[in-house]
Amino acid sequence: MSTVLTHRQTVRRPPRYRLRRNLRETAALAFAVVLLIWTLAPIYNMVMVSLDSKGDVFSNDIWPAHPSLDSFWIVLSEGYWYLEYFWHQFGNSIYIGAVTTFLTLLIGSLASFSIGRLRLKNGWIVSNAALLTYVIPASFLAIPFYSIMLKYGLANNLWSVIFAEVTFATPYAIFIFHQYAVSIPMELDEAARIDGASPIQIYLRIYLPLMAPALVAVGTYALLLAWNEYLYQFMLLSSTRSMTVPVALAQFLNSDEAPWNYMMATAIIYAIPPVAVYYAFRRRMTAGLTMGGVKG
Amino acid sequence: MSSTTFEAARALSAPSQSRRRWRVWPGGLKGSEFTWAIAFVVPYAAVFIAFVAYPIVYGLWMGHDPELYSELLSDPIYLGSVVNTVLFVGIGVNLKMFGALLLSGFFMRRSWWTKGLLLIYVLPWAVPALPTFISIHWMLNGQWGLLNNVLWDLFGIDGPGWLDTSRWLALGSVIVSHIWKWMPFWTVILLAGRMAIPQELYDAADVDGATGLNRFTYVTFPLLANLYLICTLLSTIFTLGEFNEVYFITGGGPALSTHVLATLGIRDAFQVARPDLGVATVMSALPLMIPLVILLMRKLRTTDVQL
Repeated sequence: MSTVLTHRQTVRRPPRYRLRRNLRETAALAFAVVLLIWTLAPIYNMVMVSLDSKGDVFSNDIWPAHPSLDSFWIVLSEGYWYLEYFWHQFGNSIYIGAVTTFLTLLIGSLASFSIGRLRLKNGWIVSNAALLTYVIPASFLAIPFYSIMLKYGLANNLWSVIFAEVTFATPYAIFIFHQYAVSIPMELDEAARIDGASPIQIYLRIYLPLMAPALVAVGTYALLLAWNEYLYQFMLLSSTRSMTVPVALAQFLNSDEAPWNYMMATAIIYAIPPVAVYYAFRRRMTAGLTMGGVKG
Repeated sequence: MSSTTFEAARALSAPSQSRRRWRVWPGGLKGSEFTWAIAFVVPYAAVFIAFVAYPIVYGLWMGHDPELYSELLSDPIYLGSVVNTVLFVGIGVNLKMFGALLLSGFFMRRSWWTKGLLLIYVLPWAVPALPTFISIHWMLNGQWGLLNNVLWDLFGIDGPGWLDTSRWLALGSVIVSHIWKWMPFWTVILLAGRMAIPQELYDAADVDGATGLNRFTYVTFPLLANLYLICTLLSTIFTLGEFNEVYFITGGGPALSTHVLATLGIRDAFQVARPDLGVATVMSALPLMIPLVILLMRKLRTTDVQL
């Protein structure tokens, strides 16, 4: 009996199996379409509104009736009073991003070198301080941080924002460097030390060059953090000339008759650099750090 | 945040295991080497003291007055925002993590289009928060928003004003937006976790006759459970401090009914000009946060999750 059954199964299985596989594939494709719509809806909305002319924003169309790139031109040529200093603010964002990246890499790599390679006694205190900073939500620290920046005399100064971003990016940098450095053989340090190299020479000639992949990964992270962050930039920068793009963008919302098409065009121009950086460095953001096999 | 966030946190919290194996500077650091080691830590120590420790202490001092808390407890807006925070975090984080768990299974499929789909699917995470939340804000506009236009064109339904008519609709919109924004990130993390599970285990399970759901309950889930728990804890802590979503999507409205603690604190401090009250609002989240942080640190320290 049992042999008959298995025989029948083997004979009848292929067509049913194929049918089931096709059904599964169709179901997966249908699900993929739903997922695509879900993912792209807000982004489509952004693009659609930015292509509208002013009158068409307030309509019930679900695609732009008369698509035009005018709003982008208005933003790029600073042709609206909210956008008067657009390029200046764009420059501020770039400046904050660049300095934050540099300082994060410098401070993070120095600290991780001292704890991880020089094995500074009680280095765990520094590690735990970093871990503590990492788990405190930035928004919970915002109010006292602001008061303290006033005391330091840094209000409305780009450096206050740079310090804030560095504060929140460095713990992550220390984690990643610490972890990545485990893969660099200690014998290298030892050999250099026997040859008479001082710690700073080991740091510059051995540690930094070998850490290059981790530096790229953390640099990308710090750059994106500084570019995308809003709350601290909003709190600490108030004048139009010291503002960054996200703060200027949010200002639109407060106006009575928000020009949504200009706002969305600004939003897209603001979003393009980080998205480009993200996709360009996607592999490298994780390539050096896949000790346990993380692929992003 | 990057996809290695979590692994990194674990790496650092575990007391370096390599200490025993390597003694590079035998007999400890000497003389100038010790000076160098100290000098290298000083920049970070300075940043920590000036911009983390001092603000924490200052914040504790600002919010030390018990009067502030009795003032908060008699304020219906505050009480409402506590409920909102619990709902936002409780529902948002769990739905998001569960969805990420299922989707990470979906992205394990080996068909040619899944890789491309994954690239598009991570877009919400790659785009900065602010533009997308502003876009969602306009999309949900009752009169001119894309969502209601689509509902009308496709089904002839006259959709409600999602953000300005009812507290629950607005809060629901915020939760859905939160899931939209952050599910891709956690999907990628859990996907990496799934990829780290050796194929041999599934082959062995196949031989034993496990199919479909059994493969998940007896192989995938036991191996993923710890990672899932740690991700959920980490995400809960991050979400407790989430500011942008509520601030840009509902702005706390209608009638201040959808504030969460993070946005209400900022509002008290900057719009009402009561920084002490703002600090007290934020600090009232500590009884929830401290146990979570302790639990998370313990988990990270005692387990060896291979991500």
